[in-house]
Amino acid sequence: MIDLLVRRLALGVVTVWLVSVIIFAGMEVLPGDACTVVLERDAQGEVLENCRKNLGLDRSAVERYLSWAAGAVRGEFGVAADGQTKISTEVALRVKNSILLAFGALVVGVPLAIFLGVVAGLARDRFPDIFVSTAAIFAMTIPEFVSATILVLILSIWLGWLPAVVLTPADAPMLDFWPEFIPAVIVLIMVMVAHIMRMVRSSVIEVMASEYVQMATLKGVPYWRIVFKHALPSALLPAINVVALTVAWLLGGVVVVEVVFNYPGIGRMMIDAISDRDLPIIQALVMLIAATYVLVNLVADLMSMLFNPRLRTLKMRAK
Amino acid sequence: MTDAATQSAQARRPSMTIRMLQVLRDLVRRPSGLIGLFLVVMHVVVAIFSPWFVPYDFKALDSSLILAAPTPEHILGTDALGRDVLTRVLLGGREALWVCFLAIPLTMIWGGLVGVYLGLRGGWVDEIAMRIVDAFLALPGILPLMVLVFVFGAGNEVLIPTLAFFFGIPVIRVARGATHDVVARDYVLAARARGHSRASIMWRELLPNTLDVMMVEGAMRLSWMLLTFSSLSFLGFGVTPPTPDWGQMISEARVYMSLAPWGVLGPMIALSSLIIGVNLTADALAKTLGIDRTRKAVV
Repeated sequence: MIDLLVRRLALGVVTVWLVSVIIFAGMEVLPGDACTVVLERDAQGEVLENCRKNLGLDRSAVERYLSWAAGAVRGEFGVAADGQTKISTEVALRVKNSILLAFGALVVGVPLAIFLGVVAGLARDRFPDIFVSTAAIFAMTIPEFVSATILVLILSIWLGWLPAVVLTPADAPMLDFWPEFIPAVIVLIMVMVAHIMRMVRSSVIEVMASEYVQMATLKGVPYWRIVFKHALPSALLPAINVVALTVAWLLGGVVVVEVVFNYPGIGRMMIDAISDRDLPIIQALVMLIAATYVLVNLVADLMSMLFNPRLRTLKMRAK
Repeated sequence: MTDAATQSAQARRPSMTIRMLQVLRDLVRRPSGLIGLFLVVMHVVVAIFSPWFVPYDFKALDSSLILAAPTPEHILGTDALGRDVLTRVLLGGREALWVCFLAIPLTMIWGGLVGVYLGLRGGWVDEIAMRIVDAFLALPGILPLMVLVFVFGAGNEVLIPTLAFFFGIPVIRVARGATHDVVARDYVLAARARGHSRASIMWRELLPNTLDVMMVEGAMRLSWMLLTFSSLSFLGFGVTPPTPDWGQMISEARVYMSLAPWGVLGPMIALSSLIIGVNLTADALAKTLGIDRTRKAVV
């Protein structure tokens, strides 16, 4: 158990390190650097050299990587390409907004998805399942900007209930985003519920067909007791990993949804940074998102280990 | 043992066409497969032949008909520049289908070969490669694509390799997993015992036996790639105007949605029906071949 834990933690660290190398190398390979972006057409001769010296861009790639990585570990990503804005404060603001959006979607979406998944799984190939599963395919496949557009058309333009876009500035207190962020949350919920629900459904079907459930049935255990006591605890275990992927997806900047609703989260910051060719911000954001992804998946794996009796005893039995 | 294995390996190959036809037949027998395939074929046919039967020139501006409501002459109305929406809807899937239909085979070939190789090879090579795969999977999906398109432009010579590269990475994992499922079977052991090279084992034993998983994976990746392509185009990182594309059309028409909702409806229905069609087909294919697709959902 401890071995497994240590190995899993080490893997996480290695992955984050590799990500940082990939990002840094990727940005190195792309033409242009922070100086050519800021100076634009003046970027030549002495001016360019001075700028590079000031920002430390004249050092070797390895040196620059080390100082960037050392900063990143402490949560310091330096200044944006304009030379003034501190990236960490700006990013923190957007992260807060993205967390708000993710939180809104998760609080409603996860219970709903698990409920629908269990219902569909238990009623396999009968009416509730066919209805829910078909709806899930639609929710999963229709592009986010299409469902967002339909939602705006109905809720904002025809019914006039909610504003079509978020006008609250990025640094406003969280409560100000109510109710403006509801349409964005609805679109996210549609996609995530479909994914989690499908996973839960197939897991429920698998467990309900397993030998120990058959055994319980043959012993005459009442149906609902089998479902709640025997089947669901292990059927819901795989849901942890899907929920983790969903959390990572939500925190990783839901670019399209944020752009459609003009929501000031990480996703929009990313698009803006790309259009401004602001390499330091892009690097910082990608690093942050990738680290979140690794961390969330790590937590999910540890949780499934904790809750899964089979994984827990595997090592003990081996001894 | 040797004879039997060789025979079965030989017997597999000529039956490939027949097997594909059987799969197709089983696919069409499922309602979802039939509907899905119908939608896909319809879109492909329209994409190929639309230049010959569209009612107007897709770039023809008409300043007297800006955001005009649907009329018999312009069945879906006109857009903000007075262009016929129906014409642009009919042409709007060509780029997406062209790019994705070229990129998906590339994706499956490179991801599939690397994955099968790693699954067979194992050891430290596999260990290191999988760490790199993990690292790439941690990158936020659409962002590397946006950066590359922004820097190098949205030409097909940029989009196709980029999409194929990034979509191939999760395929490595799937192909490797599928290889692990068959690599310990008797026929692989027999091939090893006969002293076949790794390349020969991959080609003769592993690739045919991971094909089912890869077909389902390919169909699924296609629907995600179409989604990604149109998202890029919606965000302004796709085809260059005036080439019509659904994602871009939706993004343009959204602005005038309260005045002219017909501008978004056409491209939205077209795009959604294509992606739903591909997805239904992938789903039916998975059921036909007995592969649980939901296990590999997300990412």
